[in-house]
Amino acid sequence: MKPARGTTVIASILLIACLSGTVFTLDRVDRLRTGASLEEILYISSPKVLKRLSLGYDGLLADVYWTRAVQYFGHKHRSNPENYKLLAPLLEITTYLDPHLVVAYEFGANFLASPLPDGAGEPERAVQLIENGIRANPDEWRLYYNLGFIYYMEMSDYAKAAHAFARGSERPGAHSFLKILAASMAQHAGELETARMLWITTFESTHDKQIKSNALAHLRALKVEEDVTNLEKLVARYRERTGRLPASLNDFVSAGMLPGISVDPTGRPYKLMPDGTIEVRNPDDFPFITKGLPPGRQAPRPDFGKLKMDLPP
Amino acid sequence: MKARISYIAANTFREAVRDRVLYNLIAFALLLVGAAILVGQISIDIERLVVINLGLTAVSLFGMLIAIFIGIGLVSKEIEKRTLYTMFSRPVRRWEFIVGKFFGLAGTLVVNTFLMAIGVFAALLYVSHHLQKPDAWLLVALYFIILQFLMITAIALLFSSFSSPLLSAVFAFSLFVVGSFAEDLRGFAAMTKGVTRWLATGAAYLIPNFSALNVISSVAHGEAVSGQLVFYNSAYALFYAALALCGAVLIFERRDLK
Repeated sequence: MKPARGTTVIASILLIACLSGTVFTLDRVDRLRTGASLEEILYISSPKVLKRLSLGYDGLLADVYWTRAVQYFGHKHRSNPENYKLLAPLLEITTYLDPHLVVAYEFGANFLASPLPDGAGEPERAVQLIENGIRANPDEWRLYYNLGFIYYMEMSDYAKAAHAFARGSERPGAHSFLKILAASMAQHAGELETARMLWITTFESTHDKQIKSNALAHLRALKVEEDVTNLEKLVARYRERTGRLPASLNDFVSAGMLPGISVDPTGRPYKLMPDGTIEVRNPDDFPFITKGLPPGRQAPRPDFGKLKMDLPP
Repeated sequence: MKARISYIAANTFREAVRDRVLYNLIAFALLLVGAAILVGQISIDIERLVVINLGLTAVSLFGMLIAIFIGIGLVSKEIEKRTLYTMFSRPVRRWEFIVGKFFGLAGTLVVNTFLMAIGVFAALLYVSHHLQKPDAWLLVALYFIILQFLMITAIALLFSSFSSPLLSAVFAFSLFVVGSFAEDLRGFAAMTKGVTRWLATGAAYLIPNFSALNVISSVAHGEAVSGQLVFYNSAYALFYAALALCGAVLIFERRDLK
């Protein structure tokens, strides 16, 4: 039977009109329901309940929740938000459903840790998320890297950052960069012996010239810091003994407190300043030192931009 | 034309009743009464919530199943019983047959939903001894459920216009499941770029959006539904049902029934 021409034309026109109508009305509905689906979903905020409801398809549900978390973050981020209150629960649900979804720990923790409005400003929850990730994936060195990064960038806790990087560097396949980070953080935290040990390990275990030279520069900086600390202690002892400050480093040698003039790792003698502090001759030779610098020249904060090397994908 | 469509619709309704479709009401009543008594004994202060959530979910799921399983047989059954040929030997056009079938099944579902709604309100009255003002939003949720039925009925008819009953059921049910995640799909599409974005967005708009029509969780918590949402959801559901029906008509017009 031949189709009726009139019916075909009318049905086709109606079809196109209805298609346009659905697109238009759906856009309107979307505008009315911004974020509605997320709010509805968090009526079920218990990851345990969701895992049971997933009927074993928890991997797929975790992927859906991770995508939702990304969407939520991206959407809120654009609107300069006051909070990201659903971010942490969404990430907790995601990682409970699939504890091996490493990407959710890595990026999720960064979303959580960054200060508002760039992130949720919840570094403690970020640390908790990453620690959960480490418990579920103890060999994923990237998680330790992220943990150290958060301790360093958001919490300025160099000792914990150093510890996290050091733990990560012991994981199989860990990038050698973690050792450098651990040493750098330990040095900044004032743990000179730990830092020295880590830098020596880095120096000895790498064949990369850049890493070797970096480790050497840090070891020299550690030597300077140790020398400056010791010399300043000598100044204090000299003052106690004589009642005045030494005029030069030769005074220590004359007083039998030093066998000879102390020199920095480049072979230049240290400078004794009139106020009794010790400085290096050329601070530019030691980019990583925190002591022995002239007044007004601040010790550099470890810079990830400088420290960071190309991590494998 | 109007009389012919009404006649086909009335026949479809009568046939559905004869097929004991409304027997699902018994299962529904047992489910609600059982849940109300059980939850009252083993939980604290969520009887109302359970009756609303379970009641409306059951209305929706029972209706969806009826829409799909009756909808997919509307065309094939007529062909199988050869009643279609008798009908087309009279001055009945193919599009009238499709539209009449749609209204017949939609009517069955509306009646079914109305009876179930009475059950939900009765159960609610039983567990909380009185109805509250926010309970009126349940009517909006029920209205949205009916809109969903219109869409799925049209979809089932579209598939049954060219496919076997079994495949039509699979297609329609799959589309129902995918449509429940429609908002996510559009979100995913928005995150892609280039040609993928165009294709994904196009596909996301073609899929029925059932998630916007599901307000069961919100009304269970007494949350209001905006008038604008009611308006645009109604328009969307009607456009989509009409779209699927036009598709069904265009296909059925070309189908060789010999």
